[in-house]
Amino acid sequence: MEKQYETVIGLEVHVELATKTKIFCACSTAFGGEPNTHTCPVCTGMPGALPVLNRQVVEYAAAVGMALNCRIAQECRFDRKNYFYPDNPQNYQISQLYLPICRDGYVEIQVQGDERMKTITKKIRIHEIHMEEDAGKLIHDEWGDCSLVDYNRSGVPLIEIVSEPDMRSAQEVIAYLEELRLIIRYLGASDCRLQEGSMRADVNLSVREAGQEAFGTRTEMKNLNSFSAISHAIAGERQRQIDLLEAGEQVVQETRRWDDEKKESFPMRSKEDAQDYRYFPDPDLAMVSMDQEWLEKIREGQPELPSQKRKRYRKEFDIPVYDIQILTGSRRMAEIFEETVALGAQPKKVSNWLMVETMRILKEKEMEPEHIGFSPAHLTKLIKMTEERVINSSVAKEVFETMFESDIDPEQYVEEKGLKTVNDEGALRKTVGEIIAANPKSVEDYRGGKEKAIGFLVGQTMKAMRGKADPAAVNSLLKELLQSGNNG
Amino acid sequence: MADLISDKTIEYVGILAKLELTGQEKEQAKKDMGRMLDYIEIMNRLDTKNIEPMTHVFPLRNVFREDVVANSDESEKMLENAPECQNNMFAVPRTFEA
Repeated sequence: MEKQYETVIGLEVHVELATKTKIFCACSTAFGGEPNTHTCPVCTGMPGALPVLNRQVVEYAAAVGMALNCRIAQECRFDRKNYFYPDNPQNYQISQLYLPICRDGYVEIQVQGDERMKTITKKIRIHEIHMEEDAGKLIHDEWGDCSLVDYNRSGVPLIEIVSEPDMRSAQEVIAYLEELRLIIRYLGASDCRLQEGSMRADVNLSVREAGQEAFGTRTEMKNLNSFSAISHAIAGERQRQIDLLEAGEQVVQETRRWDDEKKESFPMRSKEDAQDYRYFPDPDLAMVSMDQEWLEKIREGQPELPSQKRKRYRKEFDIPVYDIQILTGSRRMAEIFEETVALGAQPKKVSNWLMVETMRILKEKEMEPEHIGFSPAHLTKLIKMTEERVINSSVAKEVFETMFESDIDPEQYVEEKGLKTVNDEGALRKTVGEIIAANPKSVEDYRGGKEKAIGFLVGQTMKAMRGKADPAAVNSLLKELLQSGNNG
Repeated sequence: MADLISDKTIEYVGILAKLELTGQEKEQAKKDMGRMLDYIEIMNRLDTKNIEPMTHVFPLRNVFREDVVANSDESEKMLENAPECQNNMFAVPRTFEA
């Protein structure tokens, strides 16, 4: 029988914090400035420069730690991680090894259980979270013999979230990353964009025979900047390790770089490069101690977190679990939902507008929900107008698009543009009569048993009414007239 | 003096520090490092039973900056420190991504 293998995965996730300034100096963290315009002696590693810690970094790190159910250290400290590379101007990175700010947390994810279709909750434990600084950016000149360094990113604050090796598949890894990203976005601590590098995941992976308790030798994979690259890298590395073991060879513990185009990974460092960071406490930076009062203040500032929100929605609103998942998928979306419902709109109707039309337009315009500009009051009005059949659903969609653009008042807009549904039966009857007279072929088809032909006639009538009729009323009136014509 | 520093150790420390040492320099470095270890040996002999472990050289806590941008564009000054620069960037010997 063929051997069965289990994949064991732990993640190291780097997140760029949303502070205005760098971790140890007052340089801006704004993205996209001209090279080296956001630099100073501290973040370019000039001798004698003194780093001073940004208070906001500590508060964000602690807030993320609390949201991930960690213990927050009363005392933490920074250490120097020594290595030579031109993107690291001090020849050491300031990080935390011995006393990180957070330890022992967990994130709950939803994964598919053994029985199909059934989801189960799984805890992914967090080993620790530490604060550190980002490195500069290296640009490789294609023709010249040098590389160029831009230190604008040097010193941008990062937190590194280290999980325990609790994940067993790409699906679990992605569920974990999505939940992590959602929580951090709710906290406003980072925008967590994988493509732009404000969230980066390194995958530690090993395989072992099913049922075996000891872990296999792991490798670490870097350069994963999309969920699909992560999935491919996990599948590729799992197979590479299994092939080695099957061939009687051994997995070497090393860092590998995933090439998503070649769908292959390559070792990153040659054997001559010693991996010995000789960490020691950074004497330039004072210890950080967080007392109960400070922690309590941070705790009070926490928003309702996605998992709490989902739980509450299940209790409070009669909407499907799927809807809850989408609505709580962004803090802004959830806010609009709650405010609109509070103004008296029916939850499922609000949810439909957000999940269908809003999501469609967001996707079309490549926008994030955070930038939604229409007000809950206007959405409430729009829903009310469709419920009362003041406008039909296609007019409502049109109005909604305008509302999304410029937050117009739908009542006023419908009035001004004359978009109200014509409820004058005489006028409708007249138009339907004309359409029947003008389309003998479709009428014949319908009478000959092609029921679908009525769709065309409804469309023609709606067009003649310039969209301002109730399609259901048109449909029943057409049926009535066509049938009476048949009888007569 | 303790003779604890092997040739292999010197070789390794040299790689870490990106130093190429001549045979003579290696011998000198071995001696220097041996003396440092001797000093630590003295400390190891001392009785530290009632001395609290030290977590930091300075007895300072919570020295912070507020999150306010105070630096402006000083790229010109910064680049004056670069042995070579190009396009407003520090030019370094070419590094290869593996």
